[in-house]
Amino acid sequence: MSLKRIDLLICFGSGCLSAGAQKIKDRFYEVLQAKGLSSEINIIETGCMGPCDYGPVMVIYPEGIFYKKVTPDDVEEIVNEHFLKGRPVKRLMIQDEEDKTFFTQKEIPFYQKQVKVALANCGFIDPESIEEYIATGGYEALGTVLTTMTPQQVIDVIKKSGLRGRGGGGFPTHLKWQMVHDNSSPEKYFICNGDEGDPGAFMDRSLLEGDPHRVLEGMMIAAYAIGAKNGYFYIRAEYPLAIKRIKMAIEQAKKAGLAGNNIFGSDFSFEAEVRTGAGAFVCGEETALIQSIEGQRGNPTPKPPYPAVQGLYKKPTVVNNVETLGNIPTILLKGADWFASMGTETSKGTKVFALTGDIKNTGLVEVPMGITLRELIFDVGGGIIGDHKFKAVQLGGPSGGCLTTQHLDVPVDYESLKERGAMMGSGGVIVMNDEKCMVNVAKFFMDFCVDESCGKCSPCRIGLKQMLEILKRIDSGYGKEGDIEELQRLGETISKLSLCGLGQTAPNPVLSTIRYFRDEYEAHIRDKSCANKVCPDLMHFEINKDKCIGCSLCSRKCPVQCISGSREEKYTINQLPCIKCGTCMDVCPVKAIAKIPGMHSDVKAQREAEELQQQNQEE
Amino acid sequence: MKTLADLKKIREKAQEEMKLRGGNTRIKVVVGMGTSGIAMGAREVMKTFLEEIANRNLTDVLVTQTGEKGLSSLEPVVDVIEEGKPKVTYGNMTPEKVKKVVIEHIVNGRIVSDYVVATGN
Repeated sequence: MSLKRIDLLICFGSGCLSAGAQKIKDRFYEVLQAKGLSSEINIIETGCMGPCDYGPVMVIYPEGIFYKKVTPDDVEEIVNEHFLKGRPVKRLMIQDEEDKTFFTQKEIPFYQKQVKVALANCGFIDPESIEEYIATGGYEALGTVLTTMTPQQVIDVIKKSGLRGRGGGGFPTHLKWQMVHDNSSPEKYFICNGDEGDPGAFMDRSLLEGDPHRVLEGMMIAAYAIGAKNGYFYIRAEYPLAIKRIKMAIEQAKKAGLAGNNIFGSDFSFEAEVRTGAGAFVCGEETALIQSIEGQRGNPTPKPPYPAVQGLYKKPTVVNNVETLGNIPTILLKGADWFASMGTETSKGTKVFALTGDIKNTGLVEVPMGITLRELIFDVGGGIIGDHKFKAVQLGGPSGGCLTTQHLDVPVDYESLKERGAMMGSGGVIVMNDEKCMVNVAKFFMDFCVDESCGKCSPCRIGLKQMLEILKRIDSGYGKEGDIEELQRLGETISKLSLCGLGQTAPNPVLSTIRYFRDEYEAHIRDKSCANKVCPDLMHFEINKDKCIGCSLCSRKCPVQCISGSREEKYTINQLPCIKCGTCMDVCPVKAIAKIPGMHSDVKAQREAEELQQQNQEE
Repeated sequence: MKTLADLKKIREKAQEEMKLRGGNTRIKVVVGMGTSGIAMGAREVMKTFLEEIANRNLTDVLVTQTGEKGLSSLEPVVDVIEEGKPKVTYGNMTPEKVKKVVIEHIVNGRIVSDYVVATGN
């Protein structure tokens, strides 16, 4: 038995690591050593605690005191004050706008509406210790399943719980399992899809890093249910820590006799392997993923045959998302009814979201299904940063859609979101403030999809490229009447004709922004104006001569020398050569330079002249 | 590991290691570690508590600390808090007294009234 009196949990999620968690841990070792306290204090590295924006964060037990934005310089004070004298350091705690201080993790509003199922241990245990996972009830579900239940009984529990795929599609998990279970093939495979590629999403990475044993246990239960002996974790190579931790978990489980032959004395034997992907977005699509594991180029194949019939090495295969597997041990331990008591009619349980964008509490959260977008963004996420207003939220990444203020009271579940042109997706939530230009946002996602299209089918390869060209044209001021309709026509066609999910959903960001922000597209096309001054060709800079003091700083700093004037006459911008870099605005000491929406009349006139000339030439 | 009973054994041991993060604690020992407490030897007192509790394998006792308690003349001051019972505060503690408190109060449930300076909240 140990003499420890304090558990110091330092978040070692990727966010906090990049913010310097390692240095803080090292500093703690030094200071504790110097003060002779090493034997009394446990330092534990945990997975993501959630509030990434406050990183590096830490929780100190037994009290559960929560510190944010800790620097190596703070370490000595924490040791002296908190560890030696029992006086927690108030200045490192989270405070709200009314100066209320939150001492413990439990009190922080960020955590209050969250219900943690898949993330229950994330940020609470040492992910590299199988013992800590077992202490929280780990592998008990597996043991119970293997010693007391038939595969069909396991599937029935999952069916009753109403669990649906957390990777995006929302396909009922038990249906996939049942199909493969009923197949008499002697060889079957199980794949865990950890190829998370949406911009702004980090749910799967965090779960794999923070609680790898849970995902492994979930996989083994699932494999038992469908009758598979081999499982693959497909994780992208950009997630080195997730790969390291899951490999470590597999090793530890083998050593403890929890994986390998005759687990828990049963007939069930299981081998798990990790396969790393090269980071292609399309490999998140299950058929492309299977090709990739087989060593082929990651191209999707037509469905049917579905993987459940003919998957990896042409054998029946189930592909489940990381978070889906994370739910399984808890469902079997606590029962299907418990899980189904959370959520809405069609969407049960909880969902993990990665909150990013112009939101105060960026980070990893888990909330019950059916929570409204307003609660998710304003209560859990803390609302919009600064004095800005909420404008839109992009759900489901490049396959999802944008929703607006009118949708804030929409419950977050698979059907409600789909009805409104967005989708649950894997759980990336990008919140945007009123400074964003929706045409630009749509262009960004389209650019991503064009880049990631594998090129196998022409609707996706050629169609998306055409959509992007039109968006680029609109964005640079050459948009014309009929462009919106053409985008819609292309989008709908590509959705219908593409081979896989990537192409089928790629037009969503464009279609949903046209649906809810058509006026912005129209302003870009007709008025040549970007109201939010984001698109460089559709805005310009102007110097207010009443404010200008004639200091010449802007003129001297301008990289294209397009500002001229004198102390007496003040300065003016020559609009034609201006590259809209904004340096003049940044250097002006009296803030006399402002961004103005709309193309400048000089530029407009020049473009019209060019067009006329071109027409004449053609004639 | 071949049975659920094996797993249970590992779990119980691991839970013991993690008890600081909230497990089954029957008794909480809170040592006052303000400046005056430390000056009067609170660190030695706390260390003795930790050692005695570890030696006796008392898995349901948690030792923690707090700041200045305002009883400077009675330092080091220690609270023993048992679920559902009034708090007992001991004063002028020494490592010797700690040993007695551990045996009498924490193990056998008999308050060492000689050292008590206050009870209740």
